[in-house]
Amino acid sequence: MIRVILPQHLRTLANVSREVQLDVAGPLTQRSILDALESRYPMLCGTIRDQVTKQRRPLVRFFACEEDLSHEPPDAPLPEKVASGAEPFVILGAIAGG
Amino acid sequence: MSAVRVLVGTRKGAFILTSDGKRQKWNVSGPHFAGWEIYHLKGSPIDPNRIFASQTSSWFGQIIQRSDDGGKTWTNPGGGPTTTPEGMPKGESNKFVYDNSPQTGKPLTTHQWYDGTQHPWEFKRVWHIEPSLSDPETVYAGVEDAAIFRSTDGGHSWQELAGLRDAQGSKWQPGAGGMCLHTILLDPSDPKRMFIAISSAGAFRTDDAGKTWKPINRGLHSQYIPNPNAEIGHCVHRIAMHPSRPGVLFMQKHWDVMRSDSAGDSWNEVSGNLPTDFGFPIDVHAHEPDTIYVVPIKSDSEHYPPDGKLRVYRSRTGGNEWEALTKGLPQENCYVNVLRDAMAVDSLDKCGVYFGTTGGQVYASADAGDNWAPIVRDLPAVLSVEVQTLP
Repeated sequence: MIRVILPQHLRTLANVSREVQLDVAGPLTQRSILDALESRYPMLCGTIRDQVTKQRRPLVRFFACEEDLSHEPPDAPLPEKVASGAEPFVILGAIAGG
Repeated sequence: MSAVRVLVGTRKGAFILTSDGKRQKWNVSGPHFAGWEIYHLKGSPIDPNRIFASQTSSWFGQIIQRSDDGGKTWTNPGGGPTTTPEGMPKGESNKFVYDNSPQTGKPLTTHQWYDGTQHPWEFKRVWHIEPSLSDPETVYAGVEDAAIFRSTDGGHSWQELAGLRDAQGSKWQPGAGGMCLHTILLDPSDPKRMFIAISSAGAFRTDDAGKTWKPINRGLHSQYIPNPNAEIGHCVHRIAMHPSRPGVLFMQKHWDVMRSDSAGDSWNEVSGNLPTDFGFPIDVHAHEPDTIYVVPIKSDSEHYPPDGKLRVYRSRTGGNEWEALTKGLPQENCYVNVLRDAMAVDSLDKCGVYFGTTGGQVYASADAGDNWAPIVRDLPAVLSVEVQTLP
């Protein structure tokens, strides 16, 4: 099981707690995590990445193991600690000042 | 006894205000969808307990919500688990995808961009939801970039009525507020006729249920476009009609209040003695088709009431002759705005009139505008107000 942390608004939308656990088939990548997440919580379709192009929405970021992975290719392997569940895959909304 | 349900969309959630027919004591429910921008909520005239909401965010995009119990509970209609053997596409209710060319697979059309080049349509958000007058499963959505979508399955999935973009769509261009389709009027006497309005493009009409559309902007005059009398490019802020007389339309344009007695084929200015004819909302009394309401705003560069006095103006003559309605409204130091979708009427006798402000107040009048009182004073900035009159 891998661990995914969602931003507050998406937790409310999906009616889940801060962290969700997912079974992800095959190699662990951004794409495989998001596919599994959207399959289990279809109301999240379109909120993290575009429905058609599958590109990350501009104000959404992906962090793991204290690194910003937002600009990594969607099919690049994720760190082993994420695959083992030792570290979460963090999805967050960009800070908006004001 | 009759009751009233006021649906309020704000920058930080939705609120539902309910009262009995006296409209003196109000119950406030919310925030629903806390922290999200709720551009619009509207109930089905066939099934008033069915309410659609446009929930949107710069971070997380567009969500369509639906309630089937009058706003007590909400669901994302296309976001639930697959329940049919053939499989309802998951998350489809959040999916607004413009039609592409069937020949090339590329964008069907492009529009004018700020730098003078052509730009493909890009979906931003749903500004306005208009449930069908005859079928609770059918609902229309006006979106930015300007287009109209229709759902025939209760909001599960959406399809563009792309013929609208053939109405000189290549000439449309976004104004400062975005290239949004913000008004949808359904003709109760002709199910094939609809009117829509787009910021910085103008008004359009279909007579064949959305297959083809034509601009209906003759008579509009706008100094802010190169040809002030052009067929396309007028910044229409809002259109309203009385359901008993759908061929008569009233318009609040960027500047000018206009009237058409020919279903939009031509327009005449009816600004008359208004202190300023800039503004956003316009609406029609529920029982008097020639009684209309506007909220004059100082100018396009100063979006607040003239002289710091919040005044609704009422015409009982279908325009030209206007009276200021001030009782109960702040008459000093008031610098709020009233946005285009933030005024509505109920159908009780006497007609109730409601509007919300960017300062978070929702004002109500239970006597057609003669007297006003705030229902709530401190909501987030109000984006939209709709009213349901319940049995």
